[in-house]
Amino acid sequence: MIETLEKPKTSTGKTLRTEEMIVNMGPQHPSTHGVLRLEVVLDGEIVTDVIPHLGYLHRCFEKHCEHMTSYQQVIPYVDRMDYVASMTNEMAYVVAAEKLLKIEVCDRVHYIRIIMAELQRIASHLIAIGTFGIDMGAFTPFLYYFRDREKILELFEMTCGARLLYNYMWIGGLSHDIPPQFVEKTKEFIVGFKKTLQEVNDLLNYNEIFIKRTANVGILPKDLAINYACSGPMLRGSGVNWDLRRDDPYTMYDKFEWDVIVGKGEMGTVGDVWDRNMVRQLEMWESLRIIEQAIATLPEGDVSKAIPKRIRPVPGDAYGRVEGPRGELGVYIIAEDSVTPYRIKARAPAFVNLSVITEISKGAMLADLVAIMGSIDIVLGEVDR
Amino acid sequence: MGLLDQKFENSNVVVTTMDNLLNWARLSSLWQMQFGLACCAIEMMAASASNFDMMRFGVIPRATPRQCDVMIVSGTVTLKMASRIKRLYDQMSEPRYVISMGSCSNCGGPYWEHGYHVLKGVDRIIPVDVYVPGCPPRPEALIEGLIKLQEKIRNESMAKKKAV
Repeated sequence: MIETLEKPKTSTGKTLRTEEMIVNMGPQHPSTHGVLRLEVVLDGEIVTDVIPHLGYLHRCFEKHCEHMTSYQQVIPYVDRMDYVASMTNEMAYVVAAEKLLKIEVCDRVHYIRIIMAELQRIASHLIAIGTFGIDMGAFTPFLYYFRDREKILELFEMTCGARLLYNYMWIGGLSHDIPPQFVEKTKEFIVGFKKTLQEVNDLLNYNEIFIKRTANVGILPKDLAINYACSGPMLRGSGVNWDLRRDDPYTMYDKFEWDVIVGKGEMGTVGDVWDRNMVRQLEMWESLRIIEQAIATLPEGDVSKAIPKRIRPVPGDAYGRVEGPRGELGVYIIAEDSVTPYRIKARAPAFVNLSVITEISKGAMLADLVAIMGSIDIVLGEVDR
Repeated sequence: MGLLDQKFENSNVVVTTMDNLLNWARLSSLWQMQFGLACCAIEMMAASASNFDMMRFGVIPRATPRQCDVMIVSGTVTLKMASRIKRLYDQMSEPRYVISMGSCSNCGGPYWEHGYHVLKGVDRIIPVDVYVPGCPPRPEALIEGLIKLQEKIRNESMAKKKAV
């Protein structure tokens, strides 16, 4: 594409020398969403290559898992892996650990876990869309969304005392049952939140400037998304109908009625940045549907009955996977004859999704790279672990 | 401003010391470096968003260190990041201040014992003015840290240089 352009000439008719330019984006950059460094090779303003450099937030997750004194102590570190969606991380770990230990928990625990995971998905998508809006020059949705995110955090705080990193889901149960006013407050939140969603939908997603910036930008075709093992909104934005909550129903997701949101290419091509953003936007409505059903049919039970006093599994391994806000989050535990895990490996969706950036940003303008970065929705704590 | 206008309606002369004037100016517009490291960055974002609104203290996030007065080290400082933080600190113009937010940047936090790639406290590379404890600290805690920093600036003097 570049070769066809005529090279600029001086007044004497000589061709000017041009060369590629390498620009370092990050680690301190407001739109890399953390400490990611992108080495961008530019031809004028057109991106010809992107090389992501990782490891600025490598916090030795696996080493810590090996050195804890029990399986339970791993949960705070799992929390800090993807700090925007701690509840989902805990869920992935406890699903894997309960598979390993063959613990059956009561229905109430499953229901509360699903409510918490879906609230967390909303909170995570609120940050994703809010900061993506800032990257695109829209500051207002960020403020609206953070206002409502605080309400979700209040619900979490009411339940377990923490705002961001909860240590709430334990192996075999939960640290606390939900407080009596939780259901009422959640209903209040849902009513108010639907208004905000509608408002921001009009403000941001169907805004002319926003559509111009995002439609037909960073197109990720279906086959490429599957080949790169993308998951979550990245995969569904490209039109692949795949959601672990429906296709491999862990806990009790098969009890609820909801739809898998798939990108349709409403404003441009299927799999562009606008589609990925819209998948997140519409997924929040589906999460609200699940929460509504779950709080309406919340069963009774003792949430801490199945928590084992001492965890010493028989040697073996287990893999648990959940659909996090960013995609398939898997935790693989290998147990030996000991009270600590031999090894824990996490399959981080943000890391896998980030790997596709080189492919989809070739040929884009430098300003579009920011849009592509924002639409991937990475959390560096999870990428580097 | 209404009160101040009415007070100085006829004679608008204020007598103060240079220290007071400069300190007042400095502490009322602490521009913050928009720079998130880890979990605490989310709480820092929450502190500057609608519910907590740090802008009412004159704290405006800026994307470049050249325009900033205060650096909030929000999160785990890894060894790979440490040299970059030092460099960013060096790029800030004086007078500059540092708030260490959260256990990780105070002392290594939960990564203190086995974190082979985690710096055990950001004060090993740059001087820190205020430490905010917590993992992560609530936005209220960060705002209190900020007010503590403002108190510190209020008591500074040009005659006595800041010990760095």
